[in-house]
Amino acid sequence: MTARLLVRGASILGGGRADLLVEDGVVTQVGSVSSGDGVEVLDADGLVALPGFVDLHTHLREPGREDAETVASGSAAAAAGGYAAVLAMANTSPVTDTAEAAERVLDLGRACGLVDVQPVGAVSKGLAGEELAELGLMARSRASVRVFSDDGKCVQDARLMRRALEYVRAFGGVVSQHSQDTRLADGNACCHEGEISGRYGLPGWPSVAEEVVVARDVMLARHTGSRVHVAHVSTPGAVEVIRWAKAQGIAVTAEVTPHHLALTTDLVSGYDPVYKVNPPLRPEEFTLVLREALADGTIDAVATDHAPHALNDKQHAFVDAAFGMLGLETAFAVVHNLMVATGQMSMERLAEVMSVAPARIAGLSKRHGRPIAVGEPATFALVDPSARWTVDREASASLSRNNPWHGRSYAGRVVATLLRGRVTARDGVVVSAGE
Amino acid sequence: MTRRHLLSAADLTRADAEEILTTAASMHDIQHREVKKLPTLRGRTVINLFFEDSTRTRTSFELAGKWMSADTINISAKGSSASKGESLRDTVLTVDAMSVDAFIIRHSASGACHQVAGWVDASVINAGDGTHEHPTQALLDAYTMQQRIGSLEGRHIAIVGDLTHSRVFRSNLILLRTLGARLTVVAPPTLLPSGIGAWSARDGFTVSSDLDAVLSGDDVPDAVMMLRVQKERMSGGYFPTAREYAVGYGMTAARYRALSAANPDVAILHPGPMNRGLEISPEAADSPHSVILDQVSAGVAVRMAVLYHLLAADTTEVAV
Repeated sequence: MTARLLVRGASILGGGRADLLVEDGVVTQVGSVSSGDGVEVLDADGLVALPGFVDLHTHLREPGREDAETVASGSAAAAAGGYAAVLAMANTSPVTDTAEAAERVLDLGRACGLVDVQPVGAVSKGLAGEELAELGLMARSRASVRVFSDDGKCVQDARLMRRALEYVRAFGGVVSQHSQDTRLADGNACCHEGEISGRYGLPGWPSVAEEVVVARDVMLARHTGSRVHVAHVSTPGAVEVIRWAKAQGIAVTAEVTPHHLALTTDLVSGYDPVYKVNPPLRPEEFTLVLREALADGTIDAVATDHAPHALNDKQHAFVDAAFGMLGLETAFAVVHNLMVATGQMSMERLAEVMSVAPARIAGLSKRHGRPIAVGEPATFALVDPSARWTVDREASASLSRNNPWHGRSYAGRVVATLLRGRVTARDGVVVSAGE
Repeated sequence: MTRRHLLSAADLTRADAEEILTTAASMHDIQHREVKKLPTLRGRTVINLFFEDSTRTRTSFELAGKWMSADTINISAKGSSASKGESLRDTVLTVDAMSVDAFIIRHSASGACHQVAGWVDASVINAGDGTHEHPTQALLDAYTMQQRIGSLEGRHIAIVGDLTHSRVFRSNLILLRTLGARLTVVAPPTLLPSGIGAWSARDGFTVSSDLDAVLSGDDVPDAVMMLRVQKERMSGGYFPTAREYAVGYGMTAARYRALSAANPDVAILHPGPMNRGLEISPEAADSPHSVILDQVSAGVAVRMAVLYHLLAADTTEVAV
């Protein structure tokens, strides 16, 4: 029997209203559709239909730290946040540096079925930054890995980075770089180097430690003719380099996190480790530059860098606590509130940066970031742009509570998420496959 | 005063600071008595919780507690850290559960005392947190300077050395400005804290990398505080050699002679322990202008005053 769902009265990408008939996971009619027998109706009056979001940068912690997050709990958080696909970073234990490890993550994701969990492969064996991981075997595996990253660590060695960029070109891969020169910002660096780090005596993480790596990598991309992706851009200098590189025709793309758009360095002055993240929160004037770069296309995508941590890894002195914060469930609200509600960006551009561009960068464009049209997969986020809500960290589907958004109020909320016609989340609560 | 904690010199208003310094003067007199015991903190328990080595600060807090009849216990928790065994939180909660009245904490992490203050019921006194602050050191420095040069209002004080990594600098900068002093801070550019341009503009102090210029001219300092240079800074590439540092930023014998000639009443301070021949020459350290041993002597009195203000001021009269 054909599964039929009628999404009634949604505004398509913030434009005209239409009903969407979904049959067997595919949109079969757009326009004015009358409901018939056996058609489930989803009332989307006042809601905006966007292509389901794609997160280029998610830490799911499984295998290895299932106390902080699992593929299942992270998938649930993603679905609740309007996501249809997430790229699971390789810095698990063991590291995703073989075909077998990648397939295992893929299979764990498929078993939950809430979002497409697409593994990211490590660039180097064990993220050690010394020898290439089996990039080709990961690419040829059932997981079809296309994005490679040592994220959490930066590929320091220019020769290794060059070889990785060259090698992945054979299968259309991309290297996503965590840009941090560890001679300029070592493992202790935990606060943007500036007046706050000076006053509060916190080890500084200077902007230039990011910028020199971004500059090197775009030149390597030019030299090799390969694609490089800059993860979590956080400084105006990096934005300038990326803008220049794009103007030269260099194949560089970039992502920015909601927290680097919205949160600022002064939050760390209370030494609360929930605000400890890598790269660190930057000053207000940096966030303004990042917002502008996201709006004007210099930055291609929003990525969460969702980084769950067990409470016991955060309950330490600031310099000893783990880096990272949650982001999947709040990303839409933060970006909508900051960029769309303020008029800096259109709803179409939000769809571009949260779905279309990340799908393209990750090589997922056949299934994700698609237009909302007849013949396309029914993979949507249905959002209410006017709903006001307050983030409650206890209401999260994540296993972790390192949530810097707790207690903040936003206009704009994900009401429902559809993955190929199936409702995966309603009002922030996951709808499991059996329901 | 109603403060429960002393985490930062910024916790102290001018009135608070002056009150503590006045009390410290009374306490200082007790040090010269044969019997040094006051009943003020009888029945109170004070824990010295030191996650980092310290001889003078720990000893002076311990004596301060004992002379005020508090039960004082030292816990050396060196090596306790996120990576090894018990977390900071568990360590302090364990001790806090025994109903102690105050924690005196030294920790290698900036902000550790702020975090502890959020977890425990007891008062928390910061005895040095990472490269952040060391407020009782600033109080004893201010006390020592007042004893030597009088009121600090409008007086010019120079702080010289590794400012980036110095908690002594940060607390002194705040407290001395609270007390009305004018500050000039001096370091090679590699040892100036990041953002100090904006910081100094906002807070109103002067930054220089030219020690000789600061020590001469029309505005010779009334007091000069030389900061300790840690050995590991040399391997960190902050300056080329010890010799070059001493020539550029040390209180050399020649610099001392010029300074004491330009201002015969100048006071020279150092928080200790000194690297003689690096940041300070023996000629300066052992000179009549040096108040370095007065600083040590004031340490106990000032810490008695702090304990008094945090633990006893509301309930008992100070019996001196």
